[in-house]
Amino acid sequence: MSRKARKIWGTVLFHVIICLIGIIMIYPLIWMFFSSFKESSKVMTTVGQLIPDKWDIQNYINGWAGFGGTTFATFFKNSFIVTILSVIGNIIASAMAAYGFTRIRFKGRNFFFICMIITMMVPSQVLVVPQYLIFHGLGWVNTFLPLIVPEWGGRAFFIFMIMQFMAGIPKDLDEAAEIDGCGKIKLFTNIILPLIVPALATSAIFGFYWKWDDFMGSLLYLNSPDKYTVSIALKLFSDPTSVTDYGAMFAMCVLSLLPVIILFLFTQKYIVEGIATQGLKG
Amino acid sequence: MGNRSSNTAGNGRGLSKNARNNLLGYFFIGPWLIMFLAFTVVPFFASLVLSFCDYNMLSAPTFVGWDNYVKLFTEDRLFTKSLLITLKFVFISIPLRLIFALIVAMILNRDSKMVPIYRVVYYLPSILGGSVAVSVLWRYVFAKEGVFNQFLNLIGIPCNISWISNKDTALWCIILLFIWQFGSPMLIFLAGLKQIPKTYYEAASIDGAGKVVTFFRITLPLLSPIFFFNLVMQMIGGFMVFSQAMIITDGGPLNNTMVYALYLYKQAFGYYKMGYGCAMAWILMIIIGFFTLLVFKSSSAWVFYENQISEGNGKKKRKRGGKKA
Repeated sequence: MSRKARKIWGTVLFHVIICLIGIIMIYPLIWMFFSSFKESSKVMTTVGQLIPDKWDIQNYINGWAGFGGTTFATFFKNSFIVTILSVIGNIIASAMAAYGFTRIRFKGRNFFFICMIITMMVPSQVLVVPQYLIFHGLGWVNTFLPLIVPEWGGRAFFIFMIMQFMAGIPKDLDEAAEIDGCGKIKLFTNIILPLIVPALATSAIFGFYWKWDDFMGSLLYLNSPDKYTVSIALKLFSDPTSVTDYGAMFAMCVLSLLPVIILFLFTQKYIVEGIATQGLKG
Repeated sequence: MGNRSSNTAGNGRGLSKNARNNLLGYFFIGPWLIMFLAFTVVPFFASLVLSFCDYNMLSAPTFVGWDNYVKLFTEDRLFTKSLLITLKFVFISIPLRLIFALIVAMILNRDSKMVPIYRVVYYLPSILGGSVAVSVLWRYVFAKEGVFNQFLNLIGIPCNISWISNKDTALWCIILLFIWQFGSPMLIFLAGLKQIPKTYYEAASIDGAGKVVTFFRITLPLLSPIFFFNLVMQMIGGFMVFSQAMIITDGGPLNNTMVYALYLYKQAFGYYKMGYGCAMAWILMIIIGFFTLLVFKSSSAWVFYENQISEGNGKKKRKRGGKKA
């Protein structure tokens, strides 16, 4: 075989293998999507047939009705409230802490920085029981507060990421601004903050993914249907001992993934490119 | 300089520069510090104390000494079982995920207009994998009539078992869900591969080194720091697997997927044995700490840092890694 022919074959083989693995990987998701439009009774009997005979949105209507008199509109509203309030607080606190750790020399800085790094290593299981007792004592159980308030301290992972980003901003900039009479707070809000927007956006996107999917928190702290977030509602909605309406279940699964998928599609270029070139953990 | 110091005095309301910096520092790390003290430091030590107590939330905690720990290791058969299941889970799923990530990253490491699209497709499961929806989906993919059996039938393997409710295969379904999310380490490996200078490979090929030799002598050593970092982080995450096990199998069949965190949850919040749960959590932390330390200690033998050969190059790389465009 000539060199050129071999190269073409190599390229073809590459695309075939990669496409094949890719299709196998996302096939379950595709199957779920198509199944959600099938007649509910046919979902598990026509598994081999991907495309539904008749496209039907009845599953979405049935599923949206929810359970216990609460519709999925409430669950989605709750999830959005929890996620958005958490992420905003989280990003503000993370940016502030990152600035404090990188740009201000204060007593105890190194000690607390090491503390922060250690928190990344502590398994959440160690903290979960006392945290529950604290929130129980505060009377916060069955409110959104236990899911939101702790996030207002920022996350070590985000703080660390923003710090790394800030390390790329020359310190001369700070000095120049300070000589011009700019205080540290003004320097942070007017100069540093606009420069670290990419790091903040990355943190916000991952913060959204993680909070939207958070199951443990909702499971522990929310116990009445009007407070449920999507993740816990979906878990109860699809309880294997009681579920009969597979179509509605898949329909709600698809809807629950939509915010994440939409966000991902809008930011994928940025996120995937970011990780692929910088190698930050995602 | 004079201008600056007069400024300091003006802004700081008479405080010295050091005092003002201390104040500002704590102002900026304040939100983090308050939450850290309230929801990490206090629970951390409370958990340690509680692990030596009997506490069911109804009556006051009573100190029982080492009882919880002794009970765990001597009487609680399910504890030992859940620990072994978790070890099996971690040491199968995490290496396989990383190896698979590396293989796909190596295949994808070429110039093609399609690569960005492939990257997105491969990364998608990592984004969605933690959700309840995917866990629910998984239950039906590996059900008796599920997609997986259909696929096996299609390629000529007749199969009619329910992978989820079979006691030998149930754990493998969850392992597979973890391997499925290989996208994020894959992207990181891809970034690492891109940073290996092409000249290394050129030099090797001039010396007559084959593909296999190049892989083991150049690619693997240069990727080992990234591999190491991922191994540590993913291992810690693997030990804490919870929601997938709860949603897909809820520990069954016959407790064969009762992973550690799930058993801990059931003890603490199912039976309200808070002290017992805390003791389990501390054992988990010690186990995680032990394996993390083991990986760290062994790393000098297998992790290769580039600045061992060329200080300048390594430095340049780290600088680039820290910045984000």
